[in-house]
Amino acid sequence: MSTINYSEKIPNNVNLGEDRTLQRALEGWQPNFINWWDDVGPEGSTNHDVYLRTAVSVDPQGWAQFGHVKMRDYRWGIFLNPGDANREVHFGDHKGEKVWQDVPGEHRANLRRIIVTQGDTEPASVEQQRHLGLTAPSMYDLRNLFQINVEEGRHLWAMVYLLQKHFGRDGREEADALLQRTSGDANNPRILGAFNEKTPDWLAFFMFTYFTDRDGKFQLAALAESAFDPLARTTKFMLTEEAHHMFVGESGVSRVIARTAQVMNELKTDDAQKIRAAGCIDLGTIQRYLNFHYSVTIDLFGADQSSNAAIFYSSGLKGRYEEGKRDDDHVLKGQTYKVLEVRDGQLVEKDVPMLNALNEVLRDDFIKDSVSGVGRWNKVLEKAGIPTRLVVPHKAFNRQIGALAGIKMSPEGRVVSEVEWAAKRDEWLPSSEDFAFVASLMGRVIEPGKFAGWIAPPVMGINRQPVDFEYVRFG
Amino acid sequence: MDMVVEAGIIKQHLIDPEICIRCNTCEATCPVNAITHDDNNYVVRADVCNGCMACISPCPTGSIDNWRTMPLVRAYTIEEQLTWEELPAELSPEELEAAGVSGASAEAAEAPAQTQAQAAAEATEPVFNSAQYGASVPPWSAAHAYTNLFPPKTPTTATVVGNFNCTEAGFDSETHHIVLDFGVVPFPVLEGQSIGIVPPGVDAIGKRHHARQYSVASPRNGERPGYNNVSLTVKRVTEDHEGDPVRGVCSNYVCDLKVGDTVQVVGPFGSSFLMPNHPKSHIVMICTGTGSAPMRAMTEWRRRLRKSGKFEGGKLMLFFGARTQQELPYFGPLQSLPKDFIDINFAFSRTAGQPKRYVQDLMRERAADLAALLKDGASHFYVCGLKSMEEGVVLALCDVAKEAGLDWDTVGAALKREGRLHLETY
Ligand SMILES: Cc1cc2nc3c(=O)[nH]c(=O)nc-3n(C[C@H](O)[C@H](O)[C@H](O)COP(=O)(O)OP(=O)(O)OC[C@H]3O[C@@H](n4cnc5c(N)ncnc54)[C@H](O)[C@@H]3O)c2cc1C
Ligand code: SF4
Ligand code: SF4
Repeated sequence: MSTINYSEKIPNNVNLGEDRTLQRALEGWQPNFINWWDDVGPEGSTNHDVYLRTAVSVDPQGWAQFGHVKMRDYRWGIFLNPGDANREVHFGDHKGEKVWQDVPGEHRANLRRIIVTQGDTEPASVEQQRHLGLTAPSMYDLRNLFQINVEEGRHLWAMVYLLQKHFGRDGREEADALLQRTSGDANNPRILGAFNEKTPDWLAFFMFTYFTDRDGKFQLAALAESAFDPLARTTKFMLTEEAHHMFVGESGVSRVIARTAQVMNELKTDDAQKIRAAGCIDLGTIQRYLNFHYSVTIDLFGADQSSNAAIFYSSGLKGRYEEGKRDDDHVLKGQTYKVLEVRDGQLVEKDVPMLNALNEVLRDDFIKDSVSGVGRWNKVLEKAGIPTRLVVPHKAFNRQIGALAGIKMSPEGRVVSEVEWAAKRDEWLPSSEDFAFVASLMGRVIEPGKFAGWIAPPVMGINRQPVDFEYVRFG
Repeated sequence: MDMVVEAGIIKQHLIDPEICIRCNTCEATCPVNAITHDDNNYVVRADVCNGCMACISPCPTGSIDNWRTMPLVRAYTIEEQLTWEELPAELSPEELEAAGVSGASAEAAEAPAQTQAQAAAEATEPVFNSAQYGASVPPWSAAHAYTNLFPPKTPTTATVVGNFNCTEAGFDSETHHIVLDFGVVPFPVLEGQSIGIVPPGVDAIGKRHHARQYSVASPRNGERPGYNNVSLTVKRVTEDHEGDPVRGVCSNYVCDLKVGDTVQVVGPFGSSFLMPNHPKSHIVMICTGTGSAPMRAMTEWRRRLRKSGKFEGGKLMLFFGARTQQELPYFGPLQSLPKDFIDINFAFSRTAGQPKRYVQDLMRERAADLAALLKDGASHFYVCGLKSMEEGVVLALCDVAKEAGLDWDTVGAALKREGRLHLETY
C-alpha cells in the first residue's frame, strides 16, 4: 500500500496530516476509489487535460483555482466551512444547546443513514454520466460535464471523510460499500430510485442537473443546518460547488430552447416534425423530458408524511431549507401543514402535523425554486416571440412515493383512468421514439468554439475565458 | 479598493438577471454582505460593495461580473434592481452629461473599474492591464494563513490596548497606530493579511454598518512579541475622493477609540498577499500612505528574525510614497533601521520647492538594482496603497525589465504564477 502525503495530495482543512487513524482508513479507501473511477468514471477521458476548477481552501481565492489538469490527478480535497465556536443548535428539541462536534450515541444510526444516503448519490451521478463524454455537443460542454464529475467525486470524499472520522468501523464499511453499489445494477443498485435511472443523452443530462442537482441543493441546505457541526460545515461547502451543476442544467436547457426557437423562427413553423428534420429538439419533447425529470426528482424528497423526517428534525439532525431565516418557533410542535391525497377520485388537501410533513415542506421549497427557473426558460421563448410556454407538471403527476404513489394523474392534476393514462402516456412522458430521436442527434463535437446544431453556444465562457477557449486538451 | 472614483461617478456592480441562476454562491462569499436577494433577483448594494472581487470567480455563471458607470446620485437602488428582468444598458454620454458628468470624468471612471473587472481574468487584450499580473497564490514558502475565522455574521470582540497618532501632529492628514488585543480568542494572522472592523450603529437606511478592511501592520507573533495582539495603520478620512469634507464612518471611529474600548472584528482575510519564509528570499515593497501597513509587518518580522540570527541572505527594498514627509506614517522608526538591513526610498509628491516625485519615478532611478532582482527567482514584489498607483508601478516594473533585456511577458507571467507579485490597492 502506498503512503500518501495527504496535505499535498488531498488539500484539506481538517488536519488530515495529524490524524493517523483517519489517514490509515483513507489510505485503504483511496486506491479503491481510484479503481472505481477508472472502472465506472468518465469513459475514455484518462489522457485529457481538462480546464477544471479545483478547491484548495475554503476562502474565495482558494476554492476557485482554474487550470488544465488530468481528472485522475484532480485533487479531491476535504473541506469544511470555517466553524463558529459559539454555534448553537437552532431548531428542534435541542434548540439553544451547543452544536455537537461528535456523534451522540442515540443519533448514531440515523446520522449514519443520512450521510450514507447523501454519499451514495454522488458516485451514482458519475456512473449515470459515464458515457456522455463520447457525445458532447461541444468542448465547452465536455468540460462542464467533467467538472461536475470530479466534484461529485469530491462530494463522495466529503461524505467518506465523515463516515471514517466519526463512525468507526461501521463508517469504514459504509465507505467501502459506497464504491460497491452501482447505478442501475440489478443486484446492488444505488439507494435512491432516481439515481438508478439512465441519463441516456445530453438533454436528459441537462434536465438531471437542473432538477436532480437542485434536489441536492435542498438536501444539502437542510443538512447544512444540522446540529452535528462537521456535517453542517461539510455540506455548506458542498453547496458552493453544487451551484455549478445547477448552472450547467439551467443554461444547458436554456441553450437548447434558444436554438429550437431560432430554427422555429427561421423556418416559420411550430411543426415538431419539421423542427426535428432541421436537427433540433422540438418543444414538445423538451416538455416531456421536463415532466419526467421533475416528477422523478420530487420523489427524492420522500413520503409526504414521514415519522423519520419528524425525528430527524426534532433531534436536530436535519433542518429545513434556510431554517435560520424563518421566523417561527423552530420546534414546530402542534403546527400543521397541508398535504395532498386522493379521495373519491379527487385530489384533496388535508392537514397533517407539520413535523411529519417536513419532507413535503422541503419538496414545496424545491418546487418554488424549480418553477422560477422554468420561468427563466420561458423568457427565452418570450424574447424569441414564440407563444409556447413550458410548465412543470402537477405535483401528483407520475409519483412513485408516498400517498400519491401509483395514482394516475394528468400533468394538469386530473385523476385519470388506467386506460387514459396508457393512451396518453407518450404525450406526457418521453416515448421510446423521443429517446431514439434525441439519441440520433448526439454526435461528438469537440473543436474549440464549435457547437452541435441542436444547441446554442453559451453567452460566455467559463472563468471569463472566451467561448472558443481550449477547455479540453486531448492527450 | 473603493468604488467611488471621481466626480461623483461610480462603476456600479450589478448582476445580470438573465444569466444568474440564483444559486446564492455570491451572497455566501461576499466578505462585507454587499449581496442580497428576494424571490426574484440577486442584487448588489452599491454603498456596501468595495469591489474586492471575491465573488467573481466563485460565481458559476459569470452573471456577477457586470459594471456600469453611474453618477453616484443615480446609482440603482436595491429596490430597483430587484424588479429587473434584464440589465439596463450603459447610460449614453448624453445621459451622463445630463446628470452632470462630463465625458472626461466618465472615462476616468472607466479605467480603474475595467482594471477591477479584469483582475482575475487572463489577458485577452493588448492594453496594459496591471491587475492581470497580480498573483492569486502565495509564495511557495509562505506560512499557512487562516481566513474567515470570524465571518461577517459572527464577529469577535477585541480590546483596544494602544492608539496614537503616528504621523506628525497638527497636519490634516492624520494616521493612527492602533493596537487590538484578542485575549484568549484565537485570531492568528500573518503579515499581509487584513481584518475587518465593524463600526457600531446603522447607516442612512437603517442597516447595520458594513465592516471596513484594514491591513495588519504587526508581524505574526504580535505587535508585542508573544501577545495575542495586532496593530493597524488607519488614516482618518475627512474628505472624500473629490476633496469635499466628509466624515469617514469607520476610520474616524477607529482613530477616536480609547484604550480599554472594545471593537467588533471580522476576518482574518487574504491568503495570497503573504511573505516568503525561506531565508534567501528578497522582498521589494512599494507602497503609498496606509499601504505601508503590510510592509511594516513584513519588515518587522524580518527584523525579529534577523535579531535571532535566522536571516542573512534575503534583501529588503522599500519604495514609499506620501504627499509630504509629515504625512508619512512611521517616518521616524523607519529612519532608524540599519541601511544594510533595508534599502529605503522615499518619494514625496508635495514637498514645497521640490519637483513631484512618485514611487514609480524612484523605481526607474533604481532600475539597475530592480533589474537584478527581477532576474532572481527568489524576489517577491508587493504593491499596496491607493488604487491609482497600481498601474504606474507595474508599468515601471515592466519597463525596467524590458530595458534590462528581459521579456516582460515571461517575467510577468512567472511572477504571477509563482506568487511573487502581489497587488493590494484600495
Ligand atoms: C484590503 C484593504 C486593506 C485596507 N487597508 C487599510 C489600511 O491599512 N489603512 C486604512 O486607513 N485604510 C485601509 N483600507 C481602506 C479602509 O477599508 C476604508 O475604506 C477607509 O478607512 C475609509 O472608511 P470610512 O468608513 O472611514 O469611510 P466611508 O464612510 O466608507 O466613506 C466616506 C467617504 O469617503 C470616501 N473615502 C473612503 N476612503 C477614502 C480615502 N482613503 N481617501 C479619500 N476618500 C475616501 C468614500 O468614498 C466616501 O465618499 C483598506 C481597504 C482594503 C480593501
Ligand atoms: S466585489 Fe467584493 S464587496 Fe462587491 S459584492 Fe463582490 S465580494 Fe462583495
Ligand atoms: S453566484 Fe452568480 S449565479 Fe449565483 S446567485 Fe450570485 S450572481 Fe447569480
